[in-house]
Formats: sequence, structure tokens, C-alpha cells
Amino acid sequence: MAARNSFKGDWLVLPLVGIVAVLLLWTASSASWAKSLPSPLKTWEMSKLYVMEPLAKRGELDQGVVRFTWYSLVLVTKGYAIALLVGTPVGFLLGCSKRLTLMFDPIIQFLRPVSPLAWLPLGLVLFQKSEPAALFTIALCAMWPTVINTAVGVRAVPQDYLNVARVLKLSRTKTLFKVLLPATLPYMFTGFRLSLGIAWLVIVACEMLIGTPGVGGFLWQEYNSLIYEHIILCILTIGLVGFVLDRLMGMVEKRFSAV
Amino acid sequence: MNSNDKYLEICDLTKAFDGPTGTIEVVKGFQLKVKCGEFISLIGHSGCGKSTVLSMIAGLTLPTGGGIILNGREIDGPGPDRGVVFQAPCLLPWMTAEENVLLGVQQVFANDSKQRQREIAREYLELVGLGGAFHKRPAELSSGMRQRVGIARAFALSPKLLLLDEPFGMLDALTRLELQEILLSVWQRHQMTAVMVTHDVDEAILLSDRVVMMTNGPQARVGEIVNVPFARPRDRISLLESAQYEDVRDNVLSFLEERSNIKPRLPIESGAVSNASAEIATRT
Repeated sequence: MAARNSFKGDWLVLPLVGIVAVLLLWTASSASWAKSLPSPLKTWEMSKLYVMEPLAKRGELDQGVVRFTWYSLVLVTKGYAIALLVGTPVGFLLGCSKRLTLMFDPIIQFLRPVSPLAWLPLGLVLFQKSEPAALFTIALCAMWPTVINTAVGVRAVPQDYLNVARVLKLSRTKTLFKVLLPATLPYMFTGFRLSLGIAWLVIVACEMLIGTPGVGGFLWQEYNSLIYEHIILCILTIGLVGFVLDRLMGMVEKRFSAV
Repeated sequence: MNSNDKYLEICDLTKAFDGPTGTIEVVKGFQLKVKCGEFISLIGHSGCGKSTVLSMIAGLTLPTGGGIILNGREIDGPGPDRGVVFQAPCLLPWMTAEENVLLGVQQVFANDSKQRQREIAREYLELVGLGGAFHKRPAELSSGMRQRVGIARAFALSPKLLLLDEPFGMLDALTRLELQEILLSVWQRHQMTAVMVTHDVDEAILLSDRVVMMTNGPQARVGEIVNVPFARPRDRISLLESAQYEDVRDNVLSFLEERSNIKPRLPIESGAVSNASAEIATRT
């Protein structure tokens, strides 16, 4: 039965069917109960300029989608880098020491669910400027999966490998770089991928609040200007970029766990 | 008795673990003296504590009572003067065969040039018949080849004492025979002292000078010691054909089947042990 119902084009046809169904639902909604929701066609007409001239710059908050995406990505990269640079060593320390874990695990579990929207004002208070505040928020929110996965990875290093290190009397640094780190890499990269997903979620929220040029900033401005079509354009852009980032990191992750 | 006669001295060794039903003494009052250059096999039933003894000689676990003196110094932790071949080869999967061996070589020959270190690693890999597999990762090697890398890694340290924990236990019979020969020839060339845990009687007889038989745990200790009188270099075929071989083999097997459960209330004195082995020596 199963064999008869599936054919080779499934991977392409079925997603297309899904997309068409959602487009129909969207069109029907904008025509019936949600009158202020722009229809797909209208969205495209209003957004054409931004998509077809993706690199144009007409004003601070009037630029092509690729430019906005680029600004957001630059900010995300900075915040994400901080998250990894801080999160990886912290995760290692937690993984190596039971005491440190007992000390800090409750705090981590406590801080982890705090929304970026709550951190940003604190960042603004601390740094007085919007960009460092945004980086602070991204780093703080995106750090946790890296911390937790790295710690789990370190704890999961087989005792056999550690015995080898002990029998050969490897120094602490050598044990770290030759045994612990390579054995933990697959876990670390899972953490890195999850962190990147969160960083991308957070950036949009940050930009909406601080109003810098970027996908999130543009979205908020167009909401205030009552151009709802552009809100949808932004949502689609954010989704697409997030999807691509996740896929890219997934490929990197696969590469490292294949060892 | 000169110092060579007790190169490795295990005195009243005891190891207790805290279990759910209280403290269990796995090994108690284990006594053994090993001569320099001697090959010793530890044989006994599964779970009798053979590996625990070996792991204490390696320094990976510390005894809860008694002590181990190697070449005049008490063992208080692991070190590269003792090469360990584990039951599973324990190779680091992200390194090639050469890099795995090199990891140890760099520790012991830290002052040699990188070129020289590499030569040493390759030399030992060639010795165990892995001349063509320097750059293969463990995942690309068969289990026999991986165990060869493990042996090369231990030998490349040029250790004074070689510790083998059922080194061929996970291999098929043909590979096992082949690796026993390799181990024998490499050991002979380097004249090191070796302690091997095994439950293969034939393997123990082929390789060792003395077979140390342990009583069943808990509180396992040395039950009897059998001298293996065959001249070296040995080869399997002529060994199997000799009449003495059957005697030695029967002796070990009958201990394992009948006498391993006997528990004298007092730990066996070292005199009693040598009596036992003397008796066997006269019998054989």
C-alpha cells in the first residue's frame, strides 16, 4: 500500500501542495474575516520593489531586503560569537566539575527561560547604547544551549578515553585538546546550532525595540506606517534566513559528528 | 635474593568497593613477586578480580589495603613506565593509527625530534603488521587491526612493565593466534616484564613463565602458581606436541574446575605458594 501511494516526486510535490494550501487559506482569510490582512497578491505588489531591488538604499529605513538581512546578520554574528566564546568554556568547566554544576545549574535553569525582551532594557541601562545592549541580549539568550550541550558532552566522554590519557600521563592541556575537546565536538556543534537559532530569534525582537536598520527594525517601522504588506515580507524573510542558517549549521554539525 | 627477583612486588593487596549491600572486598591479601623480564598470566573465573588487580598495577585504581612496589617505588598513579593494552583497544576515533601511537610516543620521547617520534610510531605499527595502515582511522580498521594499534601504542612507550587486560578476548580465534605470536616475538625482543589477564588457558601457557591462578571472588587472592617449564623461544606446534604440555594444562584446568573455590581461612603464605609451585615443577 505504502509503496503504491508514494512516488519519486513526493519530496517536491508534497511541500508545494502544502504551500498552495496555506496561500489559499491566507487569501480566503484576507477576503473574509481578516479584512486588514493583505492578500498574497497585494503583498507581492507592495513588496516587489524591495525584493527586486534587494540592494537598493533609498533611506535609513527604506532599503532592499538583502541589505536589511545583511545588517541583521552582522549584528547576529557579533552576538553569536560572544555567546560561543563565553558559552563554550563555561560549558567545559561545568562538564568537568560536579561542584560547579551543583553551584550554577539552578541559576542557569532559572535564567534560561527569561525572554530577550526582558534582558534588553537591562542591557540598555548597563551600556547606554543600543548596539552593545542588543549584543548583550543576543549573547545572553543564545548562550544556554551551547553551555548545556558542551557540559553534557564533556560528561559523556567515555572513561576509556580518559584512561588512555591517564595511562599516558598526558598533561592537562594535552588531555583537553587531544582528548576532551575532540570527543565533545559533536555535542558542542549541536549546541552551536541551537544557539544560532535562538540568536536569530532574538535579533528580530531586539531590532524592533531599538529601531536600528535591519529586518526587525524595518518590520516595526512599517507597522507604525501602517504598511502591513511589508510586515509579511519581513516575516517571510526572517523565516527564510532562519531556515537557511539552520540548514548550514546542520551540515557543519554532521561533518563533525561523522568523525 | 637480589632486587631483580622482586622487580614487581604486590604485598597484601586489598580492594574494597562500596556496593548497595555494603562493602565488598573484591580482592583481599593478594601476594605476588614478579622477576624482571618475567611473563606472568593471571587466570581465574570471570569476575574474580583479575582485572581489578591489573588496574591497580596500572595505577588506574588505588588499592584500599596493601601496596604495589615497582622497581623500588610504590605505585601511586598511572604512568608511561607501564604500557597498558586494554581489552577494548580504546583508540581515539578522531586520530589515525599513527597519531594514536604517536600520542604516547610524544610523552615518552619528548626530547626527540618530531621526525624521530614519527619513525618510532611507524616502526611499532610495522612490527604489529600495520605497515600499510598508518593513516587509517579506527573506524576504517577491523577489530583485530585496532587491537594491533593498541598493542603498538603500548609497546612504543618502551615500558618496563607491560600490562595486558584480556588483550585478545574480543577477537576471533585466528586473529587471536596471530596476535599471540606477534606479542611473543615483540616481548622477546624487548625483554620487558609483562602481566597479562586472560581466561584462555592455552594462551596463558604459551606466553607465560608462570601462570598465577586466582581463587573465586569475593576476597579473591592467589590460589596456586604453575611454572611453565618450556624453553624459549617457544612455538605453538612443538609445545602442543610435548607431553608436558598436557600436564600443565590439566593442572590449570583442574584448579579452575575444582580447587578455585577452596578458601583457606588464612591468606596463603608466600612459602606455601612456592611449595605449591615447587610441587608442580616436580610433577611436570
